[in-house]
Amino acid sequence: MLCAWSVLWLAACGQKNGEPEGARDHRPQPVELRLLENGRPDPAVLDAGQIVYRGNGEEPQALDPHLAQGEPAAHILRDLFEGLTTTSANGDLIPGVAARWNISRDARTYTFYLRRDSVWSNGDPLTAEDFVFSLRRAASPELASNAAAMLLPIQNAREVLAGELPVEELGVSMLDEFTLQITLTGPTPYFLGLLAHPIAYPVHRGNVTAFGDQFSRPGKLVSNGAYVLKNWTLRVSIELEKNPLFREAEKTLVEHVFYLPIEDHTTEVQLFRSGALHWTSDVPNNQFRWLQKHYPEELVVSPWMGSYFFGFNLTREPFIENPSLRQALILAVDREIITDKVTQFGEQPSYALVPPGIDGYVPFSPIYADWTQEERNEEARRLYERAGYSEENPLRVEIRYNTSENHKKIALAMASMWKQTLGVNVTLVNEEFRVFLRNREQKVLTQVFRAGWISDYNDPYSFLEMFRTGHGRNDYGYSNPSFDALLDEVGTERIRARRERLMFEAERLLIADAVIIPIYTYVTKRLVDRHLRGWENNVMDHHPTRHMFLLKSRTPGVTEEESAPGLDDGAGGAMVEAEDAGPAQEAASDSVEAAGADAQPAGEETPP
Amino acid sequence: MRQEGIIRHATTRLLGLIPTLLVLITIAFFLIRVAPGGPFDGEKVLPPEIRANLDAKYHLDEPLLQQYFRYLGQIITLDFGPSFQYKDWTVTELIARGFPVSATLGSLAMVLAFVLGTSIGVIAALRQNSAVDYSVMGVAMLGISIPNFVVAPLLILGVAIHAGWLPAGGWDWSWQRMVLPVITLALPVIAYIARLTRGSMIEVLHSNYIRTARAKGLPKRLVIGRHAIKPAILPVISYMGPAMAALITGSVVIERIYTIPGLGSYFVQGALNRDYTLVMGVVVFYGVVIILLNFIVDLIYAWLNPKIRYDESQ
Repeated sequence: MLCAWSVLWLAACGQKNGEPEGARDHRPQPVELRLLENGRPDPAVLDAGQIVYRGNGEEPQALDPHLAQGEPAAHILRDLFEGLTTTSANGDLIPGVAARWNISRDARTYTFYLRRDSVWSNGDPLTAEDFVFSLRRAASPELASNAAAMLLPIQNAREVLAGELPVEELGVSMLDEFTLQITLTGPTPYFLGLLAHPIAYPVHRGNVTAFGDQFSRPGKLVSNGAYVLKNWTLRVSIELEKNPLFREAEKTLVEHVFYLPIEDHTTEVQLFRSGALHWTSDVPNNQFRWLQKHYPEELVVSPWMGSYFFGFNLTREPFIENPSLRQALILAVDREIITDKVTQFGEQPSYALVPPGIDGYVPFSPIYADWTQEERNEEARRLYERAGYSEENPLRVEIRYNTSENHKKIALAMASMWKQTLGVNVTLVNEEFRVFLRNREQKVLTQVFRAGWISDYNDPYSFLEMFRTGHGRNDYGYSNPSFDALLDEVGTERIRARRERLMFEAERLLIADAVIIPIYTYVTKRLVDRHLRGWENNVMDHHPTRHMFLLKSRTPGVTEEESAPGLDDGAGGAMVEAEDAGPAQEAASDSVEAAGADAQPAGEETPP
Repeated sequence: MRQEGIIRHATTRLLGLIPTLLVLITIAFFLIRVAPGGPFDGEKVLPPEIRANLDAKYHLDEPLLQQYFRYLGQIITLDFGPSFQYKDWTVTELIARGFPVSATLGSLAMVLAFVLGTSIGVIAALRQNSAVDYSVMGVAMLGISIPNFVVAPLLILGVAIHAGWLPAGGWDWSWQRMVLPVITLALPVIAYIARLTRGSMIEVLHSNYIRTARAKGLPKRLVIGRHAIKPAILPVISYMGPAMAALITGSVVIERIYTIPGLGSYFVQGALNRDYTLVMGVVVFYGVVIILLNFIVDLIYAWLNPKIRYDESQ
């Protein structure tokens, strides 16, 4: 005890005497980025080591791409594998293993022409047959993948998953060694994006048959991406090494990537500050302001394709058949105050469902989005009275949320806004996550409850779908035949502009029916070392390491110990002179916002 | 004679482990199933076909009793089944990788706590009611009352970030990465042991045989070293059984803050994720560890305390 405190004391003293400003100001500065004529970074400015340390949140659930779920696994798998399609640094959908493709007139048949030079990391050629094997494996009932729902647009996928048809009946076939055909049940505009998702990655047949459940272990895993699995120490680190056989290996600058599972965001920030990480998965909400002040260059905030809102249970009193009351409650919430004063980490206040920046879709915006809060409150009071409530006869209502500091703060703010504007008496109820989900689903206890959605793929449909009558996550009890009919049309519409119009109409209807209380749309927020470049912000939060590179420090030698591990400064670089110019964007600035056209790996709603 | 008694006692105790474990497994098995929500519930709802495949794969479609007996059958062959959450790993592998880490940290913390705790306790007892006593015991009181989720970030901030002497977290079996977690783990135990030792030491110092020893003119060093310490640490020994079990099975707080791949997180994560097999595996493992440690403590106790003997009459 004594010794521990004296250690602390010494540490504090040492800091006071030696380094008055703390270690922060001695952080190494990167040299200026210089580009060659072809848009690639000049090898002279690159760090010699090129070893990147990325904080990655939780331990990935699996590195078997067909069983993996969640962001942590998806980040690693995007480095290890490549699908028929893939994403560029700014999140745009670009050809992957498939060099090009044809889509039939009815938008149901996709023909992919594979690159003839694709190889596995063990040197075996990668052919259409590998994709047939892999997609069948992913859809097989025996594998029982949670993520297989992503494959449902493929013809017969539902029947195959249900065990009613053999996997051979899945709508995937090989026309020749390098031509693959996929047939769909109906037009699916986001299908090309789904193919960049881990569930559609190829796995090596010999590898899977030889090692079974254990094929995703280091030394066994054969992959086809820019990196191969070198080491996996459970809950300590996952080390990837550059795959020299990858088709763009010449342009891949980072030689080693370490993914460190760090569950605690505060710890992650501390590791970043101590120089052990180049990249964090998140930052703690309560440190956001502090980091904004002290790490302005490193703190990166970018819109993400998720919405945070609360829902009404439309099957119960007091909200059943009472749109005026619901509308009054929606209007009386001051979103600006919630994002500015309560959550404070740069989210966008929201008045509808779909977040901005998804596949070019412009979300619906109700008229009151442009009103002042005073005007909204006035209208809220009018509707509240019309619904039959008043100061003498106030509404009593419960807000239910899963246990989390953030949800609690927001629910408290809403409660006090309702109390102040309308005189509503609110009770807050918090529950453990799975208990909460069960209660939402049963619709017996809930009145107002926390909800939210982070999309699987870059398509507004993913947000609208769950408000369909009878949808498994329709915990609102919302059922509007016109809304359902619009979504049916969206499902079959092939013309993009018309489809967007239909979705816009559906969103308008949903907001007019006052089913949810929109609060804000999500952002991703993280710390990124100033030496790490080449990545770009994008709404899907896809950041493959192969686009990144490390700059060397400005004062070699002096700051070496403080710079991140593995960064030893020196001249020369592992850069091969790149003849075919990579796009200049690969080396572009850090804050380009992009709206790509492709899929998001199974993002579960961020629980607590 | 005494040897035989101990062996017989050990065998009975070890056999007694089986019914205890059976009760433990049964309660835990049904308790986690009663908890609302299942391992595959999430904010995204699975299509029924996929749900059915998952249930079939993990035998969740069978009647609960059948699942229970299937689980008992597995346990006998030491197969804890696959984890629902970490799909590339079996529960046995997860425990086998997590336990050595937690056990190492826990044992080191225990050694540190025992050495420091008893020394502080003895010193405080010898200088009873002096300034030394009060200050040492005051600090010990702080050690008990400051929670480790406060101590750990403070240590990281001071030692790792500002001073830069030790890494802020992570794991690679190097001593540098063990220092802070071991200190954090040991602090409350040091404090508790110090208090226990002080109390019983004072009591022993006032007992008749110590007075006799002193009266005989034995040097103080011998009185303390040969006669007083052994009985004085008896309460510490009986406290060490459960304390050791708690330390070596890992602490979720320490593991999160220092990012240590120990066993503690699996218990909490497993329960929150309704990862039935993982929770059960960890519960069974904990059960065995706790029972074994209590048993070892009993043996040490018998060896130290002449008043307890496992002979035929027991």
